[in-house]
Amino acid sequence: MKRLTALSSSVAVLALSATIASAQDTITFTSFGGAFQDAQREALLNPTAEAMGITILEDTLTGIAEVRAQVLAGAVTWDIVDLGLADCAAAESEGILEPLDYSIISTEGFDPASYSDTWAGIIYFSTVLGYDTGHFGDNPPRTWADFWDVENFPGARSLRNNPVGTLEIALLADGVPIDEIYPLDLDRAFAKMEEIRDHIDVWWTSGAQSAQLIADGEVDMISIWNGRLDAVIDDGVAANYTYNQGIASLDCLAIPRGAPNKEVAMQALAMMLAPEQQANMPQYINYGPTTSLAFDQGIITDEQMRISPSAPENLALQVITDADYWAENRAAVQELWDAFMTR
Amino acid sequence: MTLALDNARELRADERRERFSILGLSFPALILVTLLVFLPVGWLFWLSVIDGGELSLIHYRRLADATHFRIFYVTFEISILVTVLALLLGYPLAYLMSQLPPRWAGICLIFVLIPFWTSLLVRTYAWLVLLQRRGVINQTLQDLGLIDAPLRLVHNYTGTVIGMLHIMLPFMILPLYAALRTVDPNYMRAASNLGAGPVRAFWTVFFPLSLPGVFAGSLLVFILSLGFYVTPALLGGGRVMMVSMKIQQNAGLYFDWGAASALGVVLLVVTLFIFWVLSRFMRVERVFGGG
Repeated sequence: MKRLTALSSSVAVLALSATIASAQDTITFTSFGGAFQDAQREALLNPTAEAMGITILEDTLTGIAEVRAQVLAGAVTWDIVDLGLADCAAAESEGILEPLDYSIISTEGFDPASYSDTWAGIIYFSTVLGYDTGHFGDNPPRTWADFWDVENFPGARSLRNNPVGTLEIALLADGVPIDEIYPLDLDRAFAKMEEIRDHIDVWWTSGAQSAQLIADGEVDMISIWNGRLDAVIDDGVAANYTYNQGIASLDCLAIPRGAPNKEVAMQALAMMLAPEQQANMPQYINYGPTTSLAFDQGIITDEQMRISPSAPENLALQVITDADYWAENRAAVQELWDAFMTR
Repeated sequence: MTLALDNARELRADERRERFSILGLSFPALILVTLLVFLPVGWLFWLSVIDGGELSLIHYRRLADATHFRIFYVTFEISILVTVLALLLGYPLAYLMSQLPPRWAGICLIFVLIPFWTSLLVRTYAWLVLLQRRGVINQTLQDLGLIDAPLRLVHNYTGTVIGMLHIMLPFMILPLYAALRTVDPNYMRAASNLGAGPVRAFWTVFFPLSLPGVFAGSLLVFILSLGFYVTPALLGGGRVMMVSMKIQQNAGLYFDWGAASALGVVLLVVTLFIFWVLSRFMRVERVFGGG
């Protein structure tokens, strides 16, 4: 592999220097598959491969476990991985990621919480309150307090079987303002969870399951990732959601420690994170760019911006997930969660 | 005299040669079993007593809390329930099959085997479609006016048991059928001749003779149920947490091999203990076709 010397913080120069990489250069990009990875291919991978003259192979994963297994076995085959925020933070603290080279990766327009030494956010998504419009008509639940109000909002309910995101929702339901959620008041959150527990019909575990629950009319209101719900709504299901009190979170891109084509991967990463490419994403799936500059590229339409989870006016309504909190406390909180779920 | 001695010596040598050749023939299998069973189990045990590079019982001590107790309790409760229900449903069918002419028994067997050959995941999702709030069963019952509100059949304990029962039934029926078929019908005729009614003849003659099949089926179903993962995860709605799910969480999410291994070891030990208790009452090896 060729060692590249031309480094620049400017993406434009980067695109030029990238041509130094030979056409035989191949990197492997690994993400969560499905509609999400299809969108990443169109918006990020194809333009990057073309600009750099490299081949980008793809694979799929389900989370940190597979990355960890590769790194610890010393048999890393992936160059760029897409992980959820909590996994990114955990992977960083475990030391299984390469440090990112911020002399070639621009973070202009990024929220300081949306990147770190070894990972950078690539999309915002939001856990929102979704509801069946056929069931609720003109008076849907608009806040998590409404979701907890079983008297005035009768119906089947579903929450995610995972403390990450769900405990934030419990605190919002209990009246905690969106900017005072962290560090989580665990006693208060679990006390609030106790109130709703007997009214939850399904505790969902996978994104596909959550979409199926609302699409089949199995539940009337649900905490759900906006992209999943958008797909269901596009399929003609009578459902809607609000970003009010949503829980915004990130997927990040990172390079596993010992990745076979680290240098090329670093440049590809820089291109994918650049506003020009991030602006492509909303055309394919409704996840929000992590740099606000993406909205100024003339690519994202007004309608796309209106429903984007990271459009400034939508982001202002939401809790931003604190990756550091979860990296530090996830295992301990999971114990409390398991105790709550099995009680 | 010398002839007898020579013969005896010859026989002993023969025996020795035979033992060696048997050992030689089973050597590849022994190596395979050692590599694929004993080493991994030994490794599992080793991981469960290591913490931060030192010998430690911390992983076992952490199991001694209310959460883990409930997880084990639910795992065994569901496994026992599924075993008993599978026996209650499977025995009459196996009995019927054993009494039918071979042709009809063969047809019945196909109906037992088709679901057995169908993917576990497919069957589990199929139950979801049948049991959910607006699923086939609830819709039908509501259309018939039998119920006002949908029954909660899935995303709970009930759904988990129904799904697991369906998957486990062939494991009960097949050994039962094999055992029941070998019961000589002449015994039943003899019982009738001696004046027993059909019920008494069944309970005093047929049923005791079918017990090896009952034990074989029950043991298979029970032990397989202990390790269930997919069905409770999909049909339990998050309410049913079995040991395998906790093991997955420890290994996959938190990379805590120690905690996951300790859970695995406890489950293995408890299972072997049950096996041992049963072997006191019956010849387990006979159940599985040996001897």
